[in-house]
Amino acid sequence: MRQVMEAGDVGRAVRRIAHEIVERNRGVGDVVLVGIHTRGVPLAERLAAVLSELEDVEVPVGVLDIALYRDDVGMRPTPVVGETSIPVEIDDRVVVLVDDVLFTGRTVRAALDSLTDLGRPRRVELAVLVDRGHRELPIRADYVGKNLPTSTTERVAVRVVEVDGSDGVSIEEAG
Amino acid sequence: MKHLLGIEGTTREELEGILDDADGFVEVLDRSIPKVPALRGKTVATVFFEPSTRTRLSFERAAKALSADTMSFSPGTSSLSKGESLKDTVLTLEAMGSDLMVIRHKAVGAARRVADWTSVPIVNGGDGAHQHPTQALLDALTIRRHFGKLEGLDIAIVGDIRHSRVARSNVLAFAALGARVTCVAPRTLLPVTMDGWPAVASGSLDEVIGEVDVVYLLRVQRERGGASVFPSLPEYVERYGLTRERFERLRPEAIVMHPGPMNRGVEIGDDVADDPRSQVLDQVRMGVAVRMAVLYRLLGGELDE
Repeated sequence: MRQVMEAGDVGRAVRRIAHEIVERNRGVGDVVLVGIHTRGVPLAERLAAVLSELEDVEVPVGVLDIALYRDDVGMRPTPVVGETSIPVEIDDRVVVLVDDVLFTGRTVRAALDSLTDLGRPRRVELAVLVDRGHRELPIRADYVGKNLPTSTTERVAVRVVEVDGSDGVSIEEAG
Repeated sequence: MKHLLGIEGTTREELEGILDDADGFVEVLDRSIPKVPALRGKTVATVFFEPSTRTRLSFERAAKALSADTMSFSPGTSSLSKGESLKDTVLTLEAMGSDLMVIRHKAVGAARRVADWTSVPIVNGGDGAHQHPTQALLDALTIRRHFGKLEGLDIAIVGDIRHSRVARSNVLAFAALGARVTCVAPRTLLPVTMDGWPAVASGSLDEVIGEVDVVYLLRVQRERGGASVFPSLPEYVERYGLTRERFERLRPEAIVMHPGPMNRGVEIGDDVADDPRSQVLDQVRMGVAVRMAVLYRLLGGELDE
Protein backbone atom coordinates (compact mmCIF):
# COMPACT_ATOMS: atom_id res chain seq x y z
CA MET A 1 0.00 0.00 0.00
CA ARG A 2 1.37 3.39 -0.99
CA GLN A 3 0.01 6.58 0.52
CA VAL A 4 -0.29 9.24 -2.19
CA MET A 5 -2.36 11.95 -0.47
CA GLU A 6 -2.36 12.78 3.24
CA ALA A 7 -5.28 14.39 5.07
CA GLY A 8 -3.77 17.86 4.50
CA ASP A 9 -3.44 17.18 0.74
CA VAL A 10 -7.11 16.22 0.53
CA GLY A 11 -8.16 19.42 2.32
CA ARG A 12 -5.98 21.61 0.06
CA ALA A 13 -7.29 19.88 -3.08
CA VAL A 14 -10.89 20.52 -2.00
CA ARG A 15 -10.14 24.19 -1.34
CA ARG A 16 -8.43 24.63 -4.71
CA ILE A 17 -11.32 22.98 -6.54
CA ALA A 18 -13.76 25.30 -4.73
CA HIS A 19 -11.75 28.30 -5.94
CA GLU A 20 -11.76 26.96 -9.49
CA ILE A 21 -15.55 26.47 -9.39
CA VAL A 22 -16.01 30.10 -8.34
CA GLU A 23 -13.60 31.33 -11.00
CA ARG A 24 -15.05 29.33 -13.88
CA ASN A 25 -18.67 30.13 -13.02
CA ARG A 26 -18.01 33.77 -11.96
CA GLY A 27 -19.61 33.13 -8.61
CA VAL A 28 -21.77 30.25 -7.50
CA GLY A 29 -25.28 31.70 -7.83
CA ASP A 30 -26.53 28.97 -10.17
CA VAL A 31 -24.38 26.13 -8.92
CA VAL A 32 -25.78 22.92 -7.44
CA LEU A 33 -23.31 20.37 -6.10
CA VAL A 34 -24.36 16.75 -6.58
CA GLY A 35 -22.31 14.07 -4.85
CA ILE A 36 -22.26 10.57 -6.29
CA HIS A 37 -23.02 7.96 -3.63
CA THR A 38 -20.99 7.07 -1.45
CA ARG A 39 -17.81 9.13 -1.13
CA GLY A 40 -18.80 11.86 -3.54
CA VAL A 41 -21.39 13.01 -1.01
CA PRO A 42 -19.09 14.14 1.83
CA LEU A 43 -16.74 15.68 -0.74
CA ALA A 44 -19.65 17.69 -2.17
CA GLU A 45 -20.62 18.82 1.32
CA ARG A 46 -17.06 19.98 2.00
CA LEU A 47 -16.96 21.88 -1.28
CA ALA A 48 -20.23 23.56 -0.29
CA ALA A 49 -18.75 24.57 3.07
CA VAL A 50 -15.70 26.15 1.41
CA LEU A 51 -17.88 27.87 -1.21
CA SER A 52 -20.13 29.40 1.42
CA GLU A 53 -17.00 30.66 3.21
CA LEU A 54 -15.60 32.16 -0.03
CA GLU A 55 -18.79 33.59 -1.51
CA ASP A 56 -21.11 33.88 1.47
CA VAL A 57 -23.78 31.88 -0.38
CA GLU A 58 -25.40 28.58 0.59
CA VAL A 59 -24.80 26.20 -2.31
CA PRO A 60 -27.37 23.37 -2.41
CA VAL A 61 -25.98 19.84 -2.15
CA GLY A 62 -27.73 16.81 -3.62
CA VAL A 63 -27.11 13.08 -3.51
CA LEU A 64 -27.17 10.84 -6.56
CA ASP A 65 -27.29 7.05 -6.39
CA ILE A 66 -26.52 5.57 -9.79
CA ALA A 67 -27.18 1.91 -8.98
CA LEU A 68 -30.28 1.82 -11.20
CA TYR A 69 -28.42 3.38 -14.14
CA ARG A 70 -25.43 1.05 -14.27
CA ASP A 71 -24.59 -0.71 -17.53
CA ASP A 72 -23.52 -3.92 -15.80
CA VAL A 73 -26.77 -4.91 -14.10
CA GLY A 74 -26.91 -8.68 -14.11
CA MET A 75 -23.15 -8.99 -14.41
CA ARG A 76 -22.35 -8.36 -10.74
CA PRO A 77 -24.20 -8.55 -7.43
CA THR A 78 -27.03 -6.03 -7.32
CA PRO A 79 -25.92 -2.98 -5.42
CA VAL A 80 -28.21 -1.76 -2.68
CA VAL A 81 -30.54 0.97 -3.90
CA GLY A 82 -29.37 4.14 -2.21
CA GLU A 83 -30.92 7.52 -1.80
CA THR A 84 -31.25 10.08 -4.56
CA SER A 85 -32.31 13.51 -3.40
CA ILE A 86 -31.60 16.89 -4.85
CA PRO A 87 -33.12 19.70 -2.79
CA VAL A 88 -33.68 22.09 -5.71
CA GLU A 89 -34.84 21.88 -9.32
CA ILE A 90 -31.78 21.44 -11.52
CA ASP A 91 -33.38 22.97 -14.61
CA ASP A 92 -31.20 25.79 -15.98
CA ARG A 93 -28.67 25.48 -13.17
CA VAL A 94 -25.03 24.48 -13.31
CA VAL A 95 -24.69 21.02 -11.80
CA VAL A 96 -21.25 20.08 -10.53
CA LEU A 97 -21.07 16.30 -10.16
CA VAL A 98 -18.66 15.29 -7.41
CA ASP A 99 -17.01 11.87 -7.06
CA ASP A 100 -13.94 10.51 -5.38
CA VAL A 101 -12.21 8.69 -8.24
CA LEU A 102 -12.53 9.05 -12.02
CA PHE A 103 -11.53 5.74 -13.64
CA THR A 104 -13.40 4.13 -16.56
CA GLY A 105 -15.98 6.92 -16.78
CA ARG A 106 -18.88 4.47 -16.56
CA THR A 107 -20.12 5.80 -13.24
CA VAL A 108 -20.16 9.33 -14.65
CA ARG A 109 -22.04 8.11 -17.76
CA ALA A 110 -24.67 6.59 -15.45
CA ALA A 111 -24.83 9.79 -13.41
CA LEU A 112 -25.36 11.88 -16.56
CA ASP A 113 -28.26 9.64 -17.63
CA SER A 114 -29.76 9.89 -14.17
CA LEU A 115 -29.51 13.70 -14.20
CA THR A 116 -31.23 13.79 -17.59
CA ASP A 117 -34.23 12.06 -16.02
CA LEU A 118 -34.29 14.54 -13.14
CA GLY A 119 -34.20 17.73 -15.18
CA ARG A 120 -32.31 19.77 -17.75
CA PRO A 121 -29.32 21.57 -16.27
CA ARG A 122 -27.79 24.44 -18.26
CA ARG A 123 -24.39 22.80 -17.90
CA VAL A 124 -22.95 19.80 -16.10
CA GLU A 125 -19.39 19.86 -14.78
CA LEU A 126 -17.40 17.13 -13.09
CA ALA A 127 -15.17 17.43 -10.03
CA VAL A 128 -13.11 14.47 -8.79
CA LEU A 129 -10.56 14.12 -6.05
CA VAL A 130 -8.45 11.69 -8.08
CA ASP A 131 -8.21 11.05 -11.83
CA ARG A 132 -6.47 7.73 -12.27
CA GLY A 133 -6.81 7.42 -16.06
CA HIS A 134 -7.86 4.35 -18.09
CA ARG A 135 -11.07 5.83 -19.48
CA GLU A 136 -13.42 3.54 -21.40
CA LEU A 137 -15.75 6.37 -22.48
CA PRO A 138 -15.15 9.89 -23.84
CA ILE A 139 -15.49 11.63 -20.48
CA ARG A 140 -13.17 14.11 -18.75
CA ALA A 141 -13.20 16.00 -15.47
CA ASP A 142 -13.41 19.79 -15.20
CA TYR A 143 -11.83 19.89 -11.74
CA VAL A 144 -9.22 17.39 -10.58
CA GLY A 145 -7.67 17.19 -7.11
CA LYS A 146 -4.78 15.02 -8.25
CA ASN A 147 -3.86 13.24 -11.46
CA LEU A 148 -2.62 9.83 -10.46
CA PRO A 149 -0.96 7.57 -13.04
CA THR A 150 -1.87 3.99 -12.19
CA SER A 151 -1.87 0.56 -13.78
CA THR A 152 -5.24 -1.10 -14.29
CA THR A 153 -4.39 -3.84 -11.78
CA GLU A 154 -3.91 -1.34 -8.97
CA ARG A 155 -6.72 -0.21 -6.70
CA VAL A 156 -7.08 3.42 -5.66
CA ALA A 157 -8.58 3.74 -2.19
CA VAL A 158 -9.97 7.12 -1.16
CA ARG A 159 -10.78 7.54 2.52
CA VAL A 160 -12.91 10.34 3.91
CA VAL A 161 -13.50 11.09 7.58
CA GLU A 162 -17.29 10.92 7.28
CA VAL A 163 -17.25 7.33 5.94
CA ASP A 164 -13.88 5.84 6.84
CA GLY A 165 -12.75 7.79 9.92
CA SER A 166 -9.77 9.46 8.25
CA ASP A 167 -8.81 11.36 5.09
CA GLY A 168 -6.30 10.09 2.57
CA VAL A 169 -5.64 8.38 -0.75
CA SER A 170 -3.57 5.27 -1.23
CA ILE A 171 -2.74 2.84 -4.03
CA GLU A 172 -3.00 -0.87 -3.38
CA GLU A 173 -1.98 -3.81 -5.54
CA ALA A 174 -5.10 -5.76 -6.36
CA GLY A 175 -4.92 -8.97 -4.37
CA MET B 1 -32.27 -15.31 -3.33
CA LYS B 2 -33.23 -17.03 -6.59
CA HIS B 3 -37.05 -17.04 -6.23
CA LEU B 4 -39.66 -15.44 -4.01
CA LEU B 5 -42.03 -18.30 -3.27
CA GLY B 6 -43.20 -17.40 0.23
CA ILE B 7 -42.32 -15.54 3.37
CA GLU B 8 -41.34 -18.83 5.02
CA GLY B 9 -37.75 -19.54 4.13
CA THR B 10 -36.98 -15.85 3.80
CA THR B 11 -34.70 -14.41 6.47
CA ARG B 12 -35.31 -11.20 8.36
CA GLU B 13 -32.22 -9.73 6.66
CA GLU B 14 -33.65 -10.54 3.22
CA LEU B 15 -37.02 -9.02 4.15
CA GLU B 16 -35.38 -5.87 5.47
CA GLY B 17 -33.10 -5.68 2.44
CA ILE B 18 -36.11 -5.73 0.12
CA LEU B 19 -37.87 -3.06 2.21
CA ASP B 20 -34.72 -0.89 2.18
CA ASP B 21 -34.53 -1.11 -1.61
CA ALA B 22 -38.28 -0.41 -1.82
CA ASP B 23 -37.75 2.85 0.08
CA GLY B 24 -35.45 3.89 -2.77
CA PHE B 25 -38.08 2.93 -5.34
CA VAL B 26 -40.77 4.97 -3.56
CA GLU B 27 -38.52 7.94 -4.25
CA VAL B 28 -38.11 6.90 -7.90
CA LEU B 29 -41.91 6.73 -8.29
CA ASP B 30 -42.22 10.28 -6.95
CA ARG B 31 -39.94 11.71 -9.63
CA SER B 32 -41.30 13.67 -12.58
CA ILE B 33 -39.96 10.85 -14.78
CA PRO B 34 -40.78 7.81 -12.64
CA LYS B 35 -38.70 5.35 -14.60
CA VAL B 36 -35.15 4.02 -14.39
CA PRO B 37 -33.26 1.87 -16.89
CA ALA B 38 -32.17 -0.82 -14.41
CA LEU B 39 -33.85 -3.82 -16.09
CA ARG B 40 -33.69 -2.72 -19.72
CA GLY B 41 -33.91 -5.72 -22.05
CA LYS B 42 -35.46 -8.03 -19.44
CA THR B 43 -38.93 -9.49 -19.89
CA VAL B 44 -41.30 -10.14 -17.00
CA ALA B 45 -44.23 -12.50 -17.63
CA THR B 46 -47.33 -12.39 -15.45
CA VAL B 47 -48.93 -15.83 -15.54
CA PHE B 48 -52.23 -15.64 -13.71
CA PHE B 49 -54.53 -18.66 -13.62
CA GLU B 50 -56.83 -16.89 -11.18
CA PRO B 51 -58.54 -13.59 -11.76
CA SER B 52 -56.61 -10.59 -10.46
CA THR B 53 -56.52 -6.99 -11.44
CA ARG B 54 -54.50 -5.10 -8.92
CA THR B 55 -51.69 -7.61 -8.38
CA ARG B 56 -51.13 -8.07 -12.08
CA LEU B 57 -51.31 -4.36 -12.85
CA SER B 58 -48.99 -3.62 -9.95
CA PHE B 59 -46.36 -6.08 -11.22
CA GLU B 60 -46.66 -4.68 -14.74
CA ARG B 61 -46.31 -1.13 -13.49
CA ALA B 62 -43.26 -2.15 -11.43
CA ALA B 63 -41.64 -3.90 -14.40
CA LYS B 64 -42.22 -0.92 -16.68
CA ALA B 65 -40.85 1.56 -14.12
CA LEU B 66 -37.65 -0.50 -14.25
CA SER B 67 -37.72 -0.42 -18.09
CA ALA B 68 -38.42 -4.16 -18.38
CA ASP B 69 -40.86 -5.47 -20.98
CA THR B 70 -43.95 -7.38 -19.90
CA MET B 71 -45.90 -10.34 -21.23
CA SER B 72 -49.21 -11.33 -19.84
CA PHE B 73 -50.93 -14.69 -19.76
CA SER B 74 -54.48 -15.38 -18.63
CA PRO B 75 -56.39 -18.61 -19.03
CA GLY B 76 -59.51 -17.12 -20.58
CA THR B 77 -57.71 -16.30 -23.82
CA SER B 78 -55.24 -19.15 -23.92
CA SER B 79 -54.64 -22.76 -24.87
CA LEU B 80 -55.61 -23.81 -21.37
CA SER B 81 -59.06 -24.24 -22.79
CA LYS B 82 -57.41 -26.66 -25.23
CA GLY B 83 -56.00 -28.65 -22.32
CA GLU B 84 -52.41 -27.41 -22.20
CA SER B 85 -50.82 -28.23 -18.86
CA LEU B 86 -49.33 -25.74 -16.40
CA LYS B 87 -45.90 -27.17 -17.15
CA ASP B 88 -46.18 -26.75 -20.91
CA THR B 89 -47.53 -23.24 -20.45
CA VAL B 90 -44.59 -22.03 -18.38
CA LEU B 91 -42.03 -23.81 -20.56
CA THR B 92 -43.56 -22.11 -23.58
CA LEU B 93 -43.34 -18.71 -21.91
CA GLU B 94 -39.74 -19.39 -20.95
CA ALA B 95 -38.91 -20.37 -24.53
CA MET B 96 -40.46 -17.09 -25.69
CA GLY B 97 -37.89 -15.24 -23.63
CA SER B 98 -39.36 -14.58 -20.21
CA ASP B 99 -36.59 -13.71 -17.78
CA LEU B 100 -38.88 -13.93 -14.73
CA MET B 101 -42.40 -15.21 -14.16
CA VAL B 102 -44.98 -14.13 -11.67
CA ILE B 103 -47.32 -17.07 -11.04
CA ARG B 104 -50.78 -16.99 -9.54
CA HIS B 105 -52.63 -20.30 -9.29
CA LYS B 106 -55.37 -21.76 -7.14
CA ALA B 107 -53.27 -24.81 -6.22
CA VAL B 108 -51.11 -24.59 -3.11
CA GLY B 109 -47.44 -24.93 -4.06
CA ALA B 110 -47.97 -24.13 -7.75
CA ALA B 111 -45.21 -21.50 -7.82
CA ARG B 112 -42.78 -23.93 -6.18
CA ARG B 113 -43.57 -26.61 -8.76
CA VAL B 114 -43.01 -24.12 -11.57
CA ALA B 115 -39.66 -23.16 -10.03
CA ASP B 116 -38.58 -26.80 -10.37
CA TRP B 117 -39.50 -26.91 -14.05
CA THR B 118 -37.92 -23.71 -15.29
CA SER B 119 -34.56 -22.03 -14.92
CA VAL B 120 -35.88 -18.47 -14.55
CA PRO B 121 -36.68 -16.76 -11.23
CA ILE B 122 -40.27 -17.30 -10.05
CA VAL B 123 -42.31 -14.93 -7.92
CA ASN B 124 -45.34 -16.35 -6.19
CA GLY B 125 -48.24 -14.01 -6.94
CA GLY B 126 -50.56 -16.06 -4.74
CA ASP B 127 -51.04 -19.84 -4.53
CA GLY B 128 -54.43 -20.94 -3.21
CA ALA B 129 -54.79 -20.28 0.52
CA HIS B 130 -51.04 -20.65 1.01
CA GLN B 131 -48.86 -17.56 0.41
CA HIS B 132 -48.88 -14.13 -1.19
CA PRO B 133 -45.44 -12.83 -0.32
CA THR B 134 -45.44 -9.51 -2.17
CA GLN B 135 -48.68 -8.56 -0.40
CA ALA B 136 -46.97 -9.19 2.95
CA LEU B 137 -43.95 -7.13 1.85
CA LEU B 138 -46.03 -4.18 0.68
CA ASP B 139 -48.01 -4.24 3.91
CA ALA B 140 -44.80 -4.38 5.96
CA LEU B 141 -43.43 -1.46 3.93
CA THR B 142 -46.60 0.57 4.49
CA ILE B 143 -46.40 0.01 8.25
CA ARG B 144 -42.66 0.62 8.39
CA ARG B 145 -42.95 3.91 6.54
CA HIS B 146 -45.83 4.99 8.78
CA PHE B 147 -44.37 4.04 12.18
CA GLY B 148 -40.68 3.86 11.26
CA LYS B 149 -40.47 0.20 12.30
CA LEU B 150 -42.50 -2.94 13.00
CA GLU B 151 -40.55 -3.98 16.08
CA GLY B 152 -42.83 -3.88 19.14
CA LEU B 153 -46.04 -2.93 17.30
CA ASP B 154 -49.33 -4.71 18.01
CA ILE B 155 -51.14 -5.79 14.86
CA ALA B 156 -54.58 -7.40 14.64
CA ILE B 157 -55.50 -9.33 11.47
CA VAL B 158 -59.25 -9.68 11.29
CA GLY B 159 -61.37 -11.99 9.17
CA ASP B 160 -61.13 -15.27 7.33
CA ILE B 161 -57.68 -16.28 8.57
CA ARG B 162 -58.15 -19.94 7.66
CA HIS B 163 -58.66 -19.48 3.93
CA SER B 164 -56.46 -16.41 3.46
CA ARG B 165 -53.02 -16.50 1.86
CA VAL B 166 -52.70 -12.85 2.80
CA ALA B 167 -53.14 -13.71 6.49
CA ARG B 168 -50.65 -16.56 6.30
CA SER B 169 -47.96 -14.47 4.61
CA ASN B 170 -48.57 -11.36 6.66
CA VAL B 171 -48.45 -13.12 10.02
CA LEU B 172 -45.07 -14.62 9.11
CA ALA B 173 -43.65 -11.33 7.78
CA PHE B 174 -44.94 -9.13 10.59
CA ALA B 175 -43.70 -11.55 13.26
CA ALA B 176 -40.31 -11.95 11.54
CA LEU B 177 -39.93 -8.17 11.63
CA GLY B 178 -40.67 -8.04 15.36
CA ALA B 179 -44.39 -7.21 15.62
CA ARG B 180 -46.89 -8.99 17.90
CA VAL B 181 -49.76 -10.37 15.84
CA THR B 182 -53.28 -11.31 16.94
CA CYS B 183 -55.56 -13.20 14.56
CA VAL B 184 -59.17 -12.22 15.17
CA ALA B 185 -61.96 -14.40 13.73
CA PRO B 186 -64.82 -16.69 14.64
CA ARG B 187 -63.61 -20.20 15.43
CA THR B 188 -64.75 -21.53 12.06
CA LEU B 189 -62.51 -19.04 10.25
CA LEU B 190 -59.39 -19.58 12.38
CA PRO B 191 -56.87 -22.27 11.41
CA VAL B 192 -57.57 -25.67 12.92
CA THR B 193 -54.45 -25.20 15.00
CA MET B 194 -52.27 -22.14 15.62
CA ASP B 195 -49.16 -24.38 15.69
CA GLY B 196 -46.59 -22.84 13.39
CA TRP B 197 -48.37 -19.49 13.41
CA PRO B 198 -46.25 -16.92 15.30
CA ALA B 199 -49.46 -15.25 16.50
CA VAL B 200 -52.19 -15.56 19.09
CA ALA B 201 -55.86 -16.03 18.32
CA SER B 202 -58.86 -14.14 19.62
CA GLY B 203 -62.57 -14.56 19.00
CA SER B 204 -63.48 -11.00 19.86
CA LEU B 205 -62.58 -7.86 17.91
CA ASP B 206 -64.07 -5.73 20.70
CA GLU B 207 -61.48 -7.09 23.15
CA VAL B 208 -58.45 -6.18 21.04
CA ILE B 209 -59.62 -3.07 19.20
CA GLY B 210 -58.34 -0.60 21.79
CA GLU B 211 -54.93 -2.29 22.15
CA VAL B 212 -53.51 -2.31 18.62
CA ASP B 213 -51.43 -0.02 16.41
CA VAL B 214 -52.67 -1.60 13.19
CA VAL B 215 -56.00 -3.22 12.42
CA TYR B 216 -55.70 -5.25 9.23
CA LEU B 217 -59.02 -6.29 7.71
CA LEU B 218 -59.24 -9.26 5.37
CA ARG B 219 -61.70 -9.33 2.54
CA VAL B 220 -64.74 -11.49 3.16
CA GLN B 221 -64.13 -14.02 0.41
CA ARG B 222 -67.52 -15.20 -0.59
CA GLU B 223 -65.95 -17.36 -3.32
CA ARG B 224 -63.91 -19.43 -0.83
CA GLY B 225 -65.43 -21.42 2.01
CA GLY B 226 -69.06 -20.65 1.55
CA ALA B 227 -72.05 -20.78 3.83
CA SER B 228 -70.96 -23.83 5.81
CA VAL B 229 -68.18 -22.00 7.68
CA PHE B 230 -69.45 -18.50 7.36
CA PRO B 231 -71.93 -16.74 9.60
CA SER B 232 -74.52 -14.57 7.93
CA LEU B 233 -73.20 -11.21 6.67
CA PRO B 234 -75.16 -9.09 9.19
CA GLU B 235 -73.84 -11.30 11.96
CA TYR B 236 -70.26 -10.93 10.63
CA VAL B 237 -70.55 -7.15 10.45
CA GLU B 238 -72.03 -7.07 13.93
CA ARG B 239 -69.07 -8.92 15.49
CA TYR B 240 -66.09 -8.40 13.13
CA GLY B 241 -66.81 -5.44 10.87
CA LEU B 242 -64.81 -2.26 11.43
CA THR B 243 -67.82 -0.03 11.82
CA ARG B 244 -67.53 3.69 12.57
CA GLU B 245 -68.42 2.90 16.19
CA ARG B 246 -65.52 0.42 16.54
CA PHE B 247 -63.21 2.74 14.61
CA GLU B 248 -63.78 5.42 17.26
CA ARG B 249 -62.40 3.05 19.89
CA LEU B 250 -59.03 2.63 18.14
CA ARG B 251 -56.01 4.36 19.63
CA PRO B 252 -55.70 7.81 18.06
CA GLU B 253 -52.43 6.88 16.28
CA ALA B 254 -53.66 3.49 15.04
CA ILE B 255 -54.08 2.85 11.32
CA VAL B 256 -56.46 0.73 9.24
CA MET B 257 -55.33 -1.52 6.40
CA HIS B 258 -57.03 -3.70 3.82
CA PRO B 259 -55.50 -5.64 0.90
CA GLY B 260 -58.39 -4.80 -1.43
CA PRO B 261 -60.73 -5.13 -3.12
CA MET B 262 -62.89 -3.92 -0.24
CA ASN B 263 -66.44 -4.97 0.52
CA ARG B 264 -67.63 -1.61 1.81
CA GLY B 265 -70.20 -2.02 4.52
CA VAL B 266 -69.04 -5.57 5.31
CA GLU B 267 -65.53 -5.91 6.77
CA ILE B 268 -64.95 -2.15 6.61
CA GLY B 269 -67.45 0.66 7.12
CA ASP B 270 -68.02 2.83 4.08
CA ASP B 271 -66.81 6.03 5.76
CA VAL B 272 -63.98 4.22 7.59
CA ALA B 273 -62.58 3.18 4.21
CA ASP B 274 -62.26 6.85 3.25
CA ASP B 275 -60.87 8.06 6.58
CA PRO B 276 -57.38 9.60 6.48
CA ARG B 277 -56.21 6.85 8.82
CA SER B 278 -57.15 4.23 6.27
CA GLN B 279 -53.94 3.29 4.41
CA VAL B 280 -55.60 1.43 1.56
CA LEU B 281 -54.35 3.66 -1.26
CA ASP B 282 -50.94 3.98 0.33
CA GLN B 283 -50.77 0.18 0.32
CA VAL B 284 -51.41 0.23 -3.42
CA ARG B 285 -48.58 2.74 -3.94
CA MET B 286 -46.22 0.73 -1.77
CA GLY B 287 -47.16 -2.36 -3.77
CA VAL B 288 -45.52 -0.98 -6.90
CA ALA B 289 -42.35 -0.01 -5.02
CA VAL B 290 -42.01 -3.34 -3.24
CA ARG B 291 -42.53 -5.28 -6.47
CA MET B 292 -39.84 -3.15 -8.13
CA ALA B 293 -37.53 -4.14 -5.28
CA VAL B 294 -38.35 -7.84 -5.74
CA LEU B 295 -37.89 -7.75 -9.54
CA TYR B 296 -34.66 -5.80 -9.19
CA ARG B 297 -33.30 -8.22 -6.62
CA LEU B 298 -34.17 -11.34 -8.62
CA LEU B 299 -33.13 -10.02 -12.05
CA GLY B 300 -30.41 -7.55 -11.14
CA GLY B 301 -27.55 -9.95 -10.69
CA GLU B 302 -26.07 -13.04 -9.17
CA LEU B 303 -26.51 -12.86 -5.44
CA ASP B 304 -24.70 -14.70 -2.69
CA GLU B 305 -25.67 -18.22 -3.77
